[in-house]
Amino acid sequence: MAAINVNGKALETDAAPDTPLLWVLRDHLGLTGTKFGCGAALCGACTVHIDGEPARSCQVARADVGTRRITTIEGLSADRSHAVQKAWLELDVPQCGYCQSGQLMSAAALLAQNPSPTDADIDTAMAGNICRCGTYNRIRKAVHRAAELLKKENA
Amino acid sequence: MNAEANSLTHNTRRDFLKLGVLAGGGLVLGIGLSGCSKPAAIGAGGQPVAWLRIAGDNTITVLVDKSEMGQGVYTALTQLLAEELGVALEAIRVEAAPVGAVYTNNLLGAQITGGSTSVRDAWEKLRKAGAQARSMLVQAAAAQWGVGADTLKVDSGAVVNGRKRLTFGELAEAAAKLPVPTEVTLKPAKEFTLVGKPAKRLDTASKLDGTAIYGIDVKLPGMLHGAFAQCPTLGGTLAGFDAAQAKTMPGVKDVVGTDNGVVVIADHYWQAYKALGAVKIKWDAGANASLDNDAIRARLRKAATRNGRSVRNDGNAAAALKGAAKVVRATYELPMLAHATLEPQCCTADVRADSADVYAPTQTQTIAQATAAAVVGLKPEQVKIHTTLLGGGFGRRLEVDFIGAAMVASKAVGKPVKVIWSREQDMTHDTYRPPAFDTVAGGLDASGKLVAWKLDLTGPSITARMFPPVVETAIDPFAIEAASNYPYDVPNIAVNYNREEIGIDVGYWRSVSHALNCFVAESFMDELASAAGKDPYAFRAAMLDKQPRFKRVLDEAASRAGWGKAPAGHYQGIALMEGYGTYMAQVAEVSMKDGTLTIHRITCAVDCGQMVNPNIVDQQIEGSILFGLTAALWGDITLVRGEVQQRNFDSYRMLRLPEVPRIDVHLLESSEAPGGVGEPGTAVVGPALANAIFAATRKRLRSLPIAKQGIVTV
Ligand code: FES
Ligand code: FES
Repeated sequence: MAAINVNGKALETDAAPDTPLLWVLRDHLGLTGTKFGCGAALCGACTVHIDGEPARSCQVARADVGTRRITTIEGLSADRSHAVQKAWLELDVPQCGYCQSGQLMSAAALLAQNPSPTDADIDTAMAGNICRCGTYNRIRKAVHRAAELLKKENA
Repeated sequence: MNAEANSLTHNTRRDFLKLGVLAGGGLVLGIGLSGCSKPAAIGAGGQPVAWLRIAGDNTITVLVDKSEMGQGVYTALTQLLAEELGVALEAIRVEAAPVGAVYTNNLLGAQITGGSTSVRDAWEKLRKAGAQARSMLVQAAAAQWGVGADTLKVDSGAVVNGRKRLTFGELAEAAAKLPVPTEVTLKPAKEFTLVGKPAKRLDTASKLDGTAIYGIDVKLPGMLHGAFAQCPTLGGTLAGFDAAQAKTMPGVKDVVGTDNGVVVIADHYWQAYKALGAVKIKWDAGANASLDNDAIRARLRKAATRNGRSVRNDGNAAAALKGAAKVVRATYELPMLAHATLEPQCCTADVRADSADVYAPTQTQTIAQATAAAVVGLKPEQVKIHTTLLGGGFGRRLEVDFIGAAMVASKAVGKPVKVIWSREQDMTHDTYRPPAFDTVAGGLDASGKLVAWKLDLTGPSITARMFPPVVETAIDPFAIEAASNYPYDVPNIAVNYNREEIGIDVGYWRSVSHALNCFVAESFMDELASAAGKDPYAFRAAMLDKQPRFKRVLDEAASRAGWGKAPAGHYQGIALMEGYGTYMAQVAEVSMKDGTLTIHRITCAVDCGQMVNPNIVDQQIEGSILFGLTAALWGDITLVRGEVQQRNFDSYRMLRLPEVPRIDVHLLESSEAPGGVGEPGTAVVGPALANAIFAATRKRLRSLPIAKQGIVTV
């Protein structure tokens, strides 16, 4: 058994050291909000935060995570109260929704580092997240809206 | 709204109704339209069949028979029912319906979500179900109060008599004992309070916190995980395998063969996936061992020299072409495409001796049930299909090829097994959008007027494989869309279709043959306008006097896009189409810098008839345009020795956020019957973009994808 720190909880997992974090989360810990799309760092569906930084969980082996702090969509907030979740709800962003956990995690990480992103900043931060349904223009609007909400929260 | 939809008496004779009381108390209302007179036929799987449940605690559940794949059916279909029932949308819970004859899509003949038919199929059915339930609830209240039903009103989930109120929950049990009214009057459109309003989607919240359950997220007690490898050659089969080493690997429980692949079953997915690499597999490549794109192209090219079957014949196109002052001819060739749903194919099966449960992100419950049953030797009614959310559909999940491996695996180990395809398996084992080889000719008279138009289509048939009876005598209706209904007022029109199979399975891909035929027809209209020395918009508009709905969207798109008034260095292209009862025109605006293309804006005008939810319509149209853009720019599936060369999103490129242009969708008010909105946008954007590129470069794109034609860099 290895220790792993997910969403503020110290957990244990029997996953082999080379198991990608994605499958540790989904299969071993039952956190299926993080999605599998490509397994090759090409789609962003599996994005989580490791020590606050966005990471493609399909590319990080369990052994390399150690006890660094992992945040998944389930831990972004307890009650969908993170600014990105509120903005996404307000603008009705998801269609099939399959990419959206990854989109939200990428957006939340961007806003944590850059509270007032420009369109170009959003392009750079979100370019790794594919949305096959084409919700991109609403995603862009929602990132701006979340930035506004965060400013109000911090005011 | 038309008069027919107001009064539903015309089909009550075919209706049968069933009512039951749930264990927990409450109303269950089911309505069948199968034409069968025996109520016992409802719910062949033994499930209670119903559109809604009203429980004593006022929980109202709507069972949606269509699969939610992002297109918003859970919301739009619920709106239809709620409109007549008289409850707020937010008060309703949505549940996926089981398989049942009652859920047969009247437009497609089985329980299928596809062909942009969901609203068209549900338009009457669900409003009628809501009205019937409402009428019974009102009757129950009238009896309780001893007053006439016509003195009562319904107000957000309750029946009201002056200041007295009885909630639907309080009335449910009594209402369920009343006969179901066969005749109900539906609200006229002007009284709609929900239908036609841009309501928020009901499924959004669960898609923001990881609680939404897709096929890939299914968890069952004792469930094992499967990884699947299929013969790399399309159509090839499994010749044999040696799993000795794989079976010694951690977590591996079993390794089983299917007719075309091998499943490794393990405690966890990653264990199964790794062990799959250790199985020594012998494939039988079969008939496609040397198939490649050149061979397919040569085959279509040769077939195109035959005379196809006539699809449409107005006047005498051949003679008119001979007599024309100017004749323009062109050949268009279009590539195969993958669906690439973001959720890869997957399925969970729990097979027992005499029954099975299947949890699948499927677009076709009826066929999924039959297939699942056949694989393990059960009867369809012994198999229960649980429809999960779909991480994208686009026609891919009309196929049932992702079900068999889970069934075989679960039967082998006697436990539930979830099988997930890797992205590479998904990409290389799709049923691809058919390729096309089309020749087209147009004849202009001395004044530049189009007097003859002839289109010869050649390609394989999807329907011949999926629904063979349909093509026994008729031409595949899903091969000639956007060609048979060529809208322009031309005296001599001929459309012919030449079916030629190519050795691999092709599938229904968002907008199906619209995407092929609209590209050819509308690109060629531009060629003709250019040959006639006319403006592409004016050239089209002049031939649409008898087609007011086409004309309206064309004019609207042109004026909204500022046709002819693009900024210096920007170029525009225009295209139009009718598909699924929806009329649409798009204008693409582009610029070029050092040979590199920038797409600035797509303007889209739509007349899709009466809308249920403009918010969702807008989402669908924008999304379908981006889906079509991805295809036009990069989409190309190629074969070498029968193996698909594109394996993941590096070699099968998707549009990403920085590349997304501004999309302006203009939804026109319309009282016509509802049209489908999930697909037409995909078909129209390709020619609009190609025509804009022609305006910018004077070079004509007659093949796709744009990235491979050497005209512009994208
Ligand atoms: S699954 Fe990790 S980036 Fe696609
Ligand atoms: S919402 Fe379907 S992939 Fe993004």
